[in-house]
Parts: sequence; C-alpha cells; structure tokens
Amino acid sequence: MTPREHVARVALPLVALALGVALWQHAVVAYAVPPYVLPSPALVARTLVADWPILRDSLLVTLATTFEGLALAFVGGVGLAVLFNLSRLVEYAFYPYAVILQVTPVVAVAPLLLIYLPQPLAVLACAWIVAFFPVLANTTLGLNSVDHNLRDLFRLYGATRAQMLLRLKLPAALPYILEGLKIAGGLSLIGAVVAEISAGSAGAGSGLAYRIAESGYRLNIPRMFAALLLLSLAGIAIFFALSLVAHLALRRWHESAVTRDG
Amino acid sequence: MTQAIVTLSGVGKVFANGTRALDKLDLAVREGEFLTLLGPSGCGKSTALRLIASLSEPTAGTVAWPGGRSTEPGQVGFVFQEPTLMPWASVAGNVALPLRLKGLAPAAVAGRVAAALDQVGLAGFAGAYPRELSGGMRMRVSIARALVTDPALLLMDEPFAALDEITRFRLNNDLMALAHRLGTTVVFVTHSVFESVFLSRRILVMTPRPGRVFADIAIDAPYPRPEGFRTSVAYAEHCRRVSEALTAAMEAA
Repeated sequence: MTPREHVARVALPLVALALGVALWQHAVVAYAVPPYVLPSPALVARTLVADWPILRDSLLVTLATTFEGLALAFVGGVGLAVLFNLSRLVEYAFYPYAVILQVTPVVAVAPLLLIYLPQPLAVLACAWIVAFFPVLANTTLGLNSVDHNLRDLFRLYGATRAQMLLRLKLPAALPYILEGLKIAGGLSLIGAVVAEISAGSAGAGSGLAYRIAESGYRLNIPRMFAALLLLSLAGIAIFFALSLVAHLALRRWHESAVTRDG
Repeated sequence: MTQAIVTLSGVGKVFANGTRALDKLDLAVREGEFLTLLGPSGCGKSTALRLIASLSEPTAGTVAWPGGRSTEPGQVGFVFQEPTLMPWASVAGNVALPLRLKGLAPAAVAGRVAAALDQVGLAGFAGAYPRELSGGMRMRVSIARALVTDPALLLMDEPFAALDEITRFRLNNDLMALAHRLGTTVVFVTHSVFESVFLSRRILVMTPRPGRVFADIAIDAPYPRPEGFRTSVAYAEHCRRVSEALTAAMEAA
C-alpha cells in the first residue's frame, strides 16, 4: 500500500462516520424528532457524560465477565485440545459434546443456567460456552498441523511426549490459538450480553446489557444508545487488543504477522 | 576394508497401501566413507534412509549396527529435502534443538552451537529467524543442526534438490570439505548423476521400485576434490559410467 492508500484506509471510514452522524443530527433537529423516538447524537453524547458513573460501573461489570469468560475459554479450549491430542479415546468420547455445546443457541441455554446457577456465575458460564469452542477448534487444528519432517526430527532425537508437546506442537499451534482467541474475544462479549439480557428480565444484574434492558423499560432511549455505543467500543477494543497480542507474539516468525518490503 | 557402521540385509519395505518400496536390499555403509544412493524418483532411496534412521521399520530383513553405534539419539544426524527448521526459533535455537532435547541447559550448549554454526559459515546469524534467510542458508542451518551432536553417521535426503545450481555447487563443495575434515560417515541420496559423482567415494545405483542395489561404483578420484574436478576429463568419464549404470538399472526393472 502506498502512503496515500494508508491515509485513505483510515480517513475514509472516519469521514463516512462524520457524515452519518451529521445527517442524523440534522434530521433529528429539522424534523423535531422527540428523544424517546430517536435521540440526537449530541444528546447521546451528553447522556454518556451525565450517566458516566452508572455506565462506567456497568461497563466494568460486563468487561470483567467478558475477560473472565475469555480466560476460562483459553484455559479450557487449549487444555481440552491438548487432552484430545494426547488421547484419541478422550477426543472420540467428548468432542461431539463440545460441538453440541457450541451449536445450541446460547440465548436458549441462558434462562436455564440462570435457574441453576447464581446470576454472576450463570452469566460467566454463558460467556465461556460461546467463547471456548473457537479456541478448542483452532488449537486442535494447530496441534494437528505440525510439519511431518519436524515430527520425525524430534523422534530421531528421542524427544519425550512432553517435549513434543511443549517444544513442537504448542509453538506450531500458537498462530491458530491466537486466531481462535481473536474470535473468542468478541464471542465472549456476546455471551455475556446475552446472559445479562436474560438475567435482566429476571430483575437482577448490573452489566451494560442489563442497563440497556432497564433503560428500555423506562423509555430512556438516549441511555440505551449510550450503553450500546459503549458495548460496541468495548468489542472493538477487545478485538484490537487481541490482534496486538497476536502480532507481538508472531511478528518475528509467522507469515501472517510479517510485513514485507517492496 | 574398513568396518561397516551399518548394514542392511535382505531389507524389504511394503507400505500399508501395498506399495513395495524396497525388496531384498543389501548394503553396508563403511566407516568414514561418503556413500550416495542414486536412483530415479520413487526408487525407495528415501525409504532406505528412513529405515537406517529408525524412523520406519522394515517389513523384511534386518538393519544392524556392527559397532553398536546408533542406540543413542544424536549418533545419527538427518538432513531432509526441506530445511525443516522451527520457524518460531532463532537459528541458534534450531541448531541447539538436538542437545536441548537431551535435557542440556542453554548455557551448556552455547559453545557447541556456535561451533556448529561456524562450521557451516553462519557465525554471524545465530539470532536470525529462518524466514529471514535464503534457501541455501536455511539448508546450512539444517546441516549445522545435524552436526551439532557430532554424529557418527550423517543421512542426507536430497538436501540440495530445491536449490539453484550456483548455491548447490557451493554447498556441495562446503559439505565435502566439512565431512572430510570431521571424518563423518555420510549417506547421501540424490537423483543427480553429476552431484553423486562429485561428492561420493562410492555410489550405489538403485533400480526403480521396488528398489534394490543394481551397481556398486567406486569413484577413486582423490578426496576431497577441488572445484576444478567438475570440469576434468576424469569427472566426465565417471559421470558417463554412472549414467550408463543408471540407464541399465532402469531397463533391468
């Protein structure tokens, strides 16, 4: 990409955003749309500032759930994939259930979990359920993608199973694991939000999604928009943070992270 | 005659899919020699190499080590057709691998790693990553890794087949000098008549699948050979002889 293209890649979405917001603001003012139908961007921004103490606390709750869910998904996904890799029997026995857990819509599972588990735990469980599968699937793929000659080389030098895993399979799987984490980050946020919405209708909770549900009942539309904006920004921030981690971990050796001259 | 380091007697290999790669293969690798297995693609040369390395088991016959050499990892070095480096590890990390797998600490292997890199002319590249190197340099790293354990036997499976001719000639020269200086026994697999004649003291010409030894040809030119050997009359004569044997081997099948 030339420098001009670089500028365009960054500037054009921002210009489009500014135009959209300006149009929105103009339409709301010109047609005197009441805030409970559609708040103006300026009002959303003012609400964001005025309600910041409430929204910030809720944001922190949702982010904490998301990161806990992601951390558990990382541990569970990589751990299970390693276990599957070490034992075919374990893989045959449990992989189908990992798939079932993934394909059952979490929206449908959340109300049940809320009955059986304390609410924070149920929300965390939902975040984990949706986030762990991409980590599991990607790690499994990565562990199975080891170069055959490298595997032979390790055998030739008498590598133990532990050495095979730590020095060969896991490093080879790292790019796949990190890619799985990028997907899992966004999904964990979705899982947390879905569970909070389900829990919100039961009247308890304090996450951002709960704020959205609560504001909806109160027809506090500006706050709904403000909370939604924060959720969206949180999702973007998580994605970029995980992309940065992947880039830093792989920049010396993996083709996906290398920038070429010329 | 010097003692054999490894012998294959009546070795056959049939793969699970029914392919007969080797049939009644007899060969002895003598201590200190540079032996080349020459044959067309798919004649089982690589399979023979894998059997010697214990990466595969013969379905008939035996692989024996008269001197009892191969029992310990590190006695046999292997260079694959691809450099087969770990992309996530630096050049030094790759070369250190055989020693690290033995459980040696990084500090304990640093000297030997540096010496191995020096031998292949990569002294300044310890910290580089494989993707930053050219194909020829990667192959040098692969050779350094195979030599770092000071193996009694070095097995090389068409290591230079993917390289351009200039790089290939340079690596041929350097490999020959290095093997000669270290006294390492080498079994080299190639389908290039010219490469085999330049490098080897002895060439085993193999038949197409199922592979067995068709001819055993000694190349008696003084060793190690200078670059000028490539253009000498003697070299051309040896190449003609080996080519004829190869042609006859193809027809014998």
